[in-house]
Amino acid sequence: MAANGEGLTSQGYIQHHLTHASVCNTGEGYTLASSKVCADEGAGFWSWHIDTLGWSIFLGLVFILTFRSAAKKATTGVPGKFQCFIEMIIEFVGQSVKDTYHGKSVVIAPLALTIFVWVFLMNAMDWVPVDWIATLSSLIAGESWETITSGQSGVYNKIVPTTDLNMTFGLSFGVFALMIYYSVKIKGIGGFLKELYAHPFNTPWLYWFNFILETIALVAKPVSLALRLFGNLYAGELIFVLIATIGLYQLPVHFIWAAFHLLVIPLQAFIFMMLTIVYLSMMSEKH
Amino acid sequence: MNLNATLIGESIAFFVFVVFTMKFVWPQLNGAIEERQKKIADGLAASDEAEKQLDVAKKEIANQLLEAKTQAAAIVEQAKKREAQIVEEAATKAQAENDKILAQGQAEIEAERNRVKEELRKQVSVLAIAGAEKILARSIDAQAHADILDQLVEEL
Repeated sequence: MAANGEGLTSQGYIQHHLTHASVCNTGEGYTLASSKVCADEGAGFWSWHIDTLGWSIFLGLVFILTFRSAAKKATTGVPGKFQCFIEMIIEFVGQSVKDTYHGKSVVIAPLALTIFVWVFLMNAMDWVPVDWIATLSSLIAGESWETITSGQSGVYNKIVPTTDLNMTFGLSFGVFALMIYYSVKIKGIGGFLKELYAHPFNTPWLYWFNFILETIALVAKPVSLALRLFGNLYAGELIFVLIATIGLYQLPVHFIWAAFHLLVIPLQAFIFMMLTIVYLSMMSEKH
Repeated sequence: MNLNATLIGESIAFFVFVVFTMKFVWPQLNGAIEERQKKIADGLAASDEAEKQLDVAKKEIANQLLEAKTQAAAIVEQAKKREAQIVEEAATKAQAENDKILAQGQAEIEAERNRVKEELRKQVSVLAIAGAEKILARSIDAQAHADILDQLVEEL
């Protein structure tokens, strides 16, 4: 749908694609609205992006059910093609963990696997042409074709969960909690705090300086983790939307950009997984 | 850029997925992989072992074959010796028999000759006496001249 309808402007089209379907208290109790309406009504923190939640949980279920079915049928004899494929991913993740994390942990490998596959699947929603699901949702909601093409659609569905900061921060806060947990578990609460103030300058009169430095370094980890993934995917999605506004010529351009995402999508999933392992490994080691 | 309660929902979903993977996905799949790796390693080791055993068996076979050949050669050799021995013995025996028969025959011939000679001698003596009797019909007393006749017989 290029931006050539009477009521449909490029700005409106892009805005539509960047708006979430939300549930928030708009004054008359919790109702389905767009994230723009929620923000305008001042719904504040207690609003929910149901498209992000729905798609991410759906993709998470796709991940665990696929892997669970492989795990149930797993044979130690000659594996089938499906099992081989799943085992390839398991071994890839397991090797990455083994190479980087030298402690013993039953959490870190499954954690890395979950992050890698889940983030990959969520990123992969970027490949779905931007209007397919959005238009389909509008049609299912009962809007007429004219309403949709003229830019009047009131139905929103943003299908790439990793282009939502809530998603990426949800992941990175989980990782951050584990980082703190491992640091305290291995070094004790004293050891954890000592790393915050007694490093890098181990002289009492510089402890305040160390504390500022180390706290920033600590907090920067989950923030950079979340923002990196969000930034890459949001920019990619935005450019897909921009490409969709240029009319018929979007087809070859869209193809090139989608092909480029063959690189970006697995790479971002891999980076998120790898950095999680590295951060956890750093927090588990004594300095 | 609006952070909201979605964050909490995603964190919970993340936690649930990680726990599920930790309990029901990773141990099973990783266990299967590790067990298969072990199986393959064991299989390879067993194959190496079998190869070694095969080499040993091959050597054993070669040794036994060599031994058998040596033994067979020895047996053949022995048999040949025995054959020669038997032939030798038989020849010796036959020769002895031959000699014996020959000697016996000669002895018999000798005896016959002696007997015939004796007979002849006796008959000649009788003939001589008869001739002499006829010649000296009257005067010669056989009894009185017996010693002369005997001497004569002896001299024949």
